[in-house]
Amino acid sequence: MDDIVKEFVVESHENLNQLDQDLVALEKAPGSPELMARIFRAIHTIKGVAGFLSFSKLEAVSHSGESLLAKLRDRKLSVNAEIISALLATSDVIRQMLNAVESAGNDGENDYGELVERLEALADAEHEFQAPAVETAPCETVPAPEPAVILGAIHATASGVEVRAEARAAPEAARAKASQVHPSHPDAKAKSAAEETESARGADADSEHEHPNTAGAIDANIRVNVSLLDRLMNLVGELVLARNQILQFSARTHDAGFLSTVQRLNLITTELQEGIMKTRMQPIGNVWSKFPRLVRDLAMLCGKQVRIEMEGEETELDKTLIEAIRDPLTHIVRNAIDHGIERPAERLAASKPAQGCLFLRAFHESGQVNIEISDDGGGINLERVRAKALERGLITHDQSAQMSDNEILNLIFSPGFSTAPKVTNVSGRGVGMDVVKTNIEKIGGTVDVQSQSGRGTTLKVRIPLTLAIIPALVVTCDGDRYAIPQVSLIELVRLEGEEVGKRIETIHGAPVYRLRGHLLPLVYLRQVLNLGGDWNPAADCQAAHIVVLQVGERQFGLVVDEVNDTEEIVVKPLGKQLKGIAAFAGATIMGDGKVALILDALGIAQLSGVLAESHEAARADDRHEGRAGDSRQRLLLFQAAGFERLAMPLSLVARLEEFSDAQIEHAAGRRVVQYRGRILPLVSLEKILGDAGTQRAPGAQSVQVVVIGQGERAIGIEVDHILDIVEERINAPRMSERPGLLGSAILGQRITDFLDVRAVIGEAGHNWLARDKSETVERARVLLVEHEAFSRELVRSYLEMAGHQVTEAPGR
Amino acid sequence: MQTAASSMPAAGTETVRQYTTFHVDNLFFGVDVLKVQEVLRYQGMTRVPLAPPVVRGLINLRGQIVTAIDMRRRLKLEPRDDPSALMNIVVRFGEEAVSLLVDEIGDVLEVEADRFERRPDNVDAEIRDLIQGIYKLNERLLLVLDIGKTIAPVAGEVRGARK
Repeated sequence: MDDIVKEFVVESHENLNQLDQDLVALEKAPGSPELMARIFRAIHTIKGVAGFLSFSKLEAVSHSGESLLAKLRDRKLSVNAEIISALLATSDVIRQMLNAVESAGNDGENDYGELVERLEALADAEHEFQAPAVETAPCETVPAPEPAVILGAIHATASGVEVRAEARAAPEAARAKASQVHPSHPDAKAKSAAEETESARGADADSEHEHPNTAGAIDANIRVNVSLLDRLMNLVGELVLARNQILQFSARTHDAGFLSTVQRLNLITTELQEGIMKTRMQPIGNVWSKFPRLVRDLAMLCGKQVRIEMEGEETELDKTLIEAIRDPLTHIVRNAIDHGIERPAERLAASKPAQGCLFLRAFHESGQVNIEISDDGGGINLERVRAKALERGLITHDQSAQMSDNEILNLIFSPGFSTAPKVTNVSGRGVGMDVVKTNIEKIGGTVDVQSQSGRGTTLKVRIPLTLAIIPALVVTCDGDRYAIPQVSLIELVRLEGEEVGKRIETIHGAPVYRLRGHLLPLVYLRQVLNLGGDWNPAADCQAAHIVVLQVGERQFGLVVDEVNDTEEIVVKPLGKQLKGIAAFAGATIMGDGKVALILDALGIAQLSGVLAESHEAARADDRHEGRAGDSRQRLLLFQAAGFERLAMPLSLVARLEEFSDAQIEHAAGRRVVQYRGRILPLVSLEKILGDAGTQRAPGAQSVQVVVIGQGERAIGIEVDHILDIVEERINAPRMSERPGLLGSAILGQRITDFLDVRAVIGEAGHNWLARDKSETVERARVLLVEHEAFSRELVRSYLEMAGHQVTEAPGR
Repeated sequence: MQTAASSMPAAGTETVRQYTTFHVDNLFFGVDVLKVQEVLRYQGMTRVPLAPPVVRGLINLRGQIVTAIDMRRRLKLEPRDDPSALMNIVVRFGEEAVSLLVDEIGDVLEVEADRFERRPDNVDAEIRDLIQGIYKLNERLLLVLDIGKTIAPVAGEVRGARK
């Protein structure tokens, strides 16, 4: 295909997308001269180029569309639904022909005479036009023809040529047109020439006056092939890896010149990586732009009135993600109109406006893109969902009685669930919300539904910004490294020595682990991957590392040989010989240049059958947790400074780390380590709690560190031993006079001391209430009212950690 | 691969073609020199569990991840005891690059089109499929490898396939 034709196809597709939007908008604002001009220009351009490239059918169809538009513009006709539908159909037909041009090189075999007649019939319905007073008014503001007379004249001749071309191409249509047109307009030809003139003038005026910057905008943008961007992305990923290797080397030399060069390389690489990532970013409006048309068509089909509103169209995300969310979002929008928004009569009866509203909102939050799709329809009928789920056997009667409203609501995401009483043309084609959910989860996103009876439904979709570079946990299994994307990672559990045999229990051969009282099904990575045939988990495990993974709402534990570290990895696709293996999501290149496979949590769950029927169990667990959640606390238990059992709230803990003695340095007389490019001060609890006698084991080469706080505020607390993470009720708390301790309480039948985190922060010499310069979040003053001193202290430490200023009041 | 090309790679337009040659066991193969990206010594590679046995592992080729296919296994021959003597021929096929692990690399040969002949029917059907045709050289036969068929996923061999 010629470049010029290719360009025409690409450009016309873009114009048509805009055209669809504009037509739908025009229906709502029939008087808008800008919309009219833009629509006219789009069709006119397609017609002109099609004529130039001798796509005669394409030209004929767009010409009929243009003639109809000319009457609209001249207010000989008024915009109505029928006309808009015909024009949208024209846009569809043009699209079909463009596809034919793209694939076959000509504008196709189809004869669109019917559409042409429909357009012409509509254009001729002029005598039925009765202009309402409101609509005639803006007519007068249409500026009288002025400077572009010469241009108009040139154009008039051009249009004459076009008409002849059309007559050759579709003589029948032309004749039909002539016979219809002539009686009412003896001067039809002159008139059409005049219309051309005006359209040219309109277009001209438009480009000159309305968009004075158009030329600049065109100069500032170029089209780039996506595959080139992908290639650049790959090269940058490679550069990042090479940079990492050089950084490792540079640590061993002291050549100042070399080190400063490395430093500069480091900065440039980071900036380059960010820049390239940005080139792949696209506004979500690219997906949304199709929705006004979709909403209009669906609403008409369902006999409903729906208006669409958007906010945050400019929110950007990676191109591959844009493609991936297109279908799920379309499905959600279809559902909202088909099932969500009621018919006008029902809405009026419920004292709502007859026209429903579909609201799309997108925004960035904590490194993710949030997309909300809300309707103001009838909401999801919980009783119907419940009844349907029972009927389909998705839940039992007992379960249904115990489920919260939110849990019932989330049943709509179960496979094989559809509440539509009958299969309509719009929804209920067997592609349900479960597919939407699976597709969104495939790209590392989540979807949640909220609904209020009679008020409407909101679907919230959260997806990552990019898939190209992701944080991942690197684990080892049978000597090879594997990367697990951080999005599916919940927590890590390490079992040592005899604990392995004791705490991993089996049910008819299926391994499970009691994680805070709930059974977590386990999968041995070795077994899933078919490694080491005669390997026996019970006998051969010296230590077990359980990586707790989340797939949808369910969790399972993946047992690996070793947990290495977290790293930013560049995701690369696998060759086609390996694409079919569900266990892998891709591959990546590690810092040492070796290839590591990326594990797919969902695929592993499917392969091992670990989540096959534990669905209900997981729900039961959630419910259990939900009920008890209020009085329970998640706590980190550890030993330090001779204390056998210390506790601190897990929510304050950022990470658990282990540093070798060699890593520990001194700064300003304090023990510090280099941690993620910053200096992390270490706090020894012996200083705060007073030395209770025991030192850490003399042979130990490393220290366990609990990292609290983030970034500049991070502090490492040296501890002897991490015991466990528990979720327990705090029983019989007593305050303590001892500095550094909040008090003691009974936790899981054992007396446990609670660390006073504030005292630790004080020891580290941090002023937590001082504002971080980069901080944008407003820090609040909080009045804390709680009669129980122990709880008050605990809550106070939470709040202060979050940077709030706390004033206590004992209450009562 | 187009079928026309598979029977007559040099259909009249050129009379001489260049092939990169290699040995697998006692077989002598050639691939179109334009399809060969590079030739490398044995590289350390990452094995892929659950993969079909012909996939020996993944190689990092300057940031590009390349699948290595063991030609001995592909041709249903006995594997070599010492894989480190194997050579990589990295071939491009469409967008993908794949490495073929072979015993030994030969010269680049120029062969005349009139020495070309169809593959004989008595060759094992599965292997015959991988051969586009044969050049009758003076001392030996040069088998022209069909890269597309060689690197295509082998049906029914993927364990743990997606459900």
